[in-house]
Amino acid sequence: MSPRSTPSDESEITRRKFLEVCAEAGASIFVFGAVVCTTAKLMLPSLAEARSPDGSDKDANDVIYGFLIDTTKCIGCGSCVRACKAENNVPDGYYRTWVEQYAFYENGEVTVNSASGGLNGFADAPQLDIPETTDEPPVRGFFVPKLCNHCINTPCIQVCPVGASYKTKEGVVLVDPQRCIGCGYCVQACPFGSRYLNPETRIADKCTWCYHRITKGLQPACVVSCPAKARIFGNVSDPNSEISRLLASNRVQVLKSYLGTNPRTRYIGLDSEVL
Amino acid sequence: MHHYVVEGYVLPNQTHIYWTIMIVLYPYITGIVAGAFIISSLYHVFHKEVLKPVSRFAMLMALAFLLFAPLPLLMHLGHPERAFNIMFTPNATSAMAGFGFIYTAYLLILVVEIWLVYRADIVLLATSARSAWMRRVYWVLALGVTDISDEAKALDRKVMQFLAAIGIPAACALHGYVGFLFGAIKANPWWASPLMPVVFLMSAILSGIAMVLLCYLIVQWVTKRPIDSPCVDALVSYAWMFLMIDVALELLELVNHAYMANHDWQILRELLTQKLYLSMFVIQFLLGSAIPFVLLGALVVYKNAIGGRTRNGIAFVASMLLLVQVLAMRWNVVIGGQMFSKSFRGFLTFDVDLAGREGLFAAVFLFSLPFLTMLVFSRVLPFWGPVSSAPGRWLEAEPAEHVSLRDHSSFTDVGL
Repeated sequence: MSPRSTPSDESEITRRKFLEVCAEAGASIFVFGAVVCTTAKLMLPSLAEARSPDGSDKDANDVIYGFLIDTTKCIGCGSCVRACKAENNVPDGYYRTWVEQYAFYENGEVTVNSASGGLNGFADAPQLDIPETTDEPPVRGFFVPKLCNHCINTPCIQVCPVGASYKTKEGVVLVDPQRCIGCGYCVQACPFGSRYLNPETRIADKCTWCYHRITKGLQPACVVSCPAKARIFGNVSDPNSEISRLLASNRVQVLKSYLGTNPRTRYIGLDSEVL
Repeated sequence: MHHYVVEGYVLPNQTHIYWTIMIVLYPYITGIVAGAFIISSLYHVFHKEVLKPVSRFAMLMALAFLLFAPLPLLMHLGHPERAFNIMFTPNATSAMAGFGFIYTAYLLILVVEIWLVYRADIVLLATSARSAWMRRVYWVLALGVTDISDEAKALDRKVMQFLAAIGIPAACALHGYVGFLFGAIKANPWWASPLMPVVFLMSAILSGIAMVLLCYLIVQWVTKRPIDSPCVDALVSYAWMFLMIDVALELLELVNHAYMANHDWQILRELLTQKLYLSMFVIQFLLGSAIPFVLLGALVVYKNAIGGRTRNGIAFVASMLLLVQVLAMRWNVVIGGQMFSKSFRGFLTFDVDLAGREGLFAAVFLFSLPFLTMLVFSRVLPFWGPVSSAPGRWLEAEPAEHVSLRDHSSFTDVGL
């Protein structure tokens, strides 16, 4: 129809025809979309085998990993932080694991410091958190190493919009580097500050329990490097493993238990001031 | 990202603020969309005749802002080229995954609704617009449908009302899901609240009403057109109402935190009374809420005693303050929520980047785009009524051929 012609009853497109065209177009778009989505899902690296909700429906022979930190043994040397950084190319200013130093003062004040995450130890480390109400030295102190808790009820996997955050059958929480869009929602959702946005890869990053090592029968780099044996890693579904025996014979705690994330990283000797 | 100044103990991975200006801007933009759409729907669905003068303007404003809503998100993503993953492999438990579908659905609803509202005018302009080039544009916009009989227009109205009706929950979803996105994060005690989606939605509607009111006043002043008094009075009333609801909910949130004094209250109290004192109590509550509450309340209560020009001036100031209030609220939630550490023992200051993908310049430029789009719209579609109400502006002096007289009652002034 030329732009200047007068609409007439014979040549004008009726409502019926228009609705038919719309329906056809809608159906075509739907089919096309379905084909595209299905193809995309099939072509993307299939992580279906590796994904599982929480490992609770697995049989007893399957490996389920766990981590135990004995804070009564940590000496704050920072070897674990250095080893992790070297093993996993962790960028400067970001941490897959870190150590916190707690100092208690006679008047009840508590300070927490972690200069560079404990990367260089604490002997000469600058103190940013300084006691406000006393000049006396602390009367008590200890170190608390932290890393990703690889929770059972992960808030990070829950919020990932594209399913890039997922859990392996052994219970290890990982990030698919090809799928992550770098939105940072998981970083916000982690109650423990375990995650960060890697400035080089621009995706979410965090401790992986050295998945590339543990699947080869090795221990995570931080566990190997600890001189005080403060970090224990192993198969919690094997009752004879070192970690299982320690869990059975000690009183263990987790961080922020009230949030219900059910961490797989557990602690011996966690003080109530450790939040 | 640069390191921010740290006070106390901040978790090592939290010495950066990850969600900055772009994440403040995104809910601000979708909020304006929701509010403008509600104004338009109050006329189209609830038949509030008093809002008819701004109904088309509000609808186009909603579209102008909606078109640019994904932009701040794309500028924030580490991998924007993978953005469509949220629609290819969405995670059903993620509120953020809702964005792709809600946005697409709402965009379709709004575009079709606008097309139905303007269809009769588009058909008329396809034959009688001033320039040949524009006539071709209108012909394309008509999508081949040229029936503008009474029955066709009745069907248009029915479908459009249906769309406006489902558009209301869609607009609520478009903004409500953002509130839930924050409100469901138990890791952040400043965000975690069941009230968050409601607060976001109410402030969204407030910002939309304020933007429609502000732009209506500005455009009419600049183009020296008459300002419809009952319409402005109605917008002022709705703004006042939504302001009261919004502020009541925001205060309730604060009072609840303070009264329950949970484990997180120590750090939140210091956050609110020290770090966010200026942006929250001075800007958001005093300048942005208390003063507009008094101004708008005076306009409503003393409606008959205040002259038109004074009322317009007060409404102008109040709507500007309301727009600042809603922006401040978004800022205090998004940035405020990241200014304290999950260690509950330390704080960060936030320094605004000027340049860069998520910088201030980028944000200002981005926010100007919907207004530029409205300028473009103003050249294509009539804001203030059908083409027949302003034929001198839109139509040729003498139409080339006969056009059906049934539909255009005021045709005598085009020379026929």
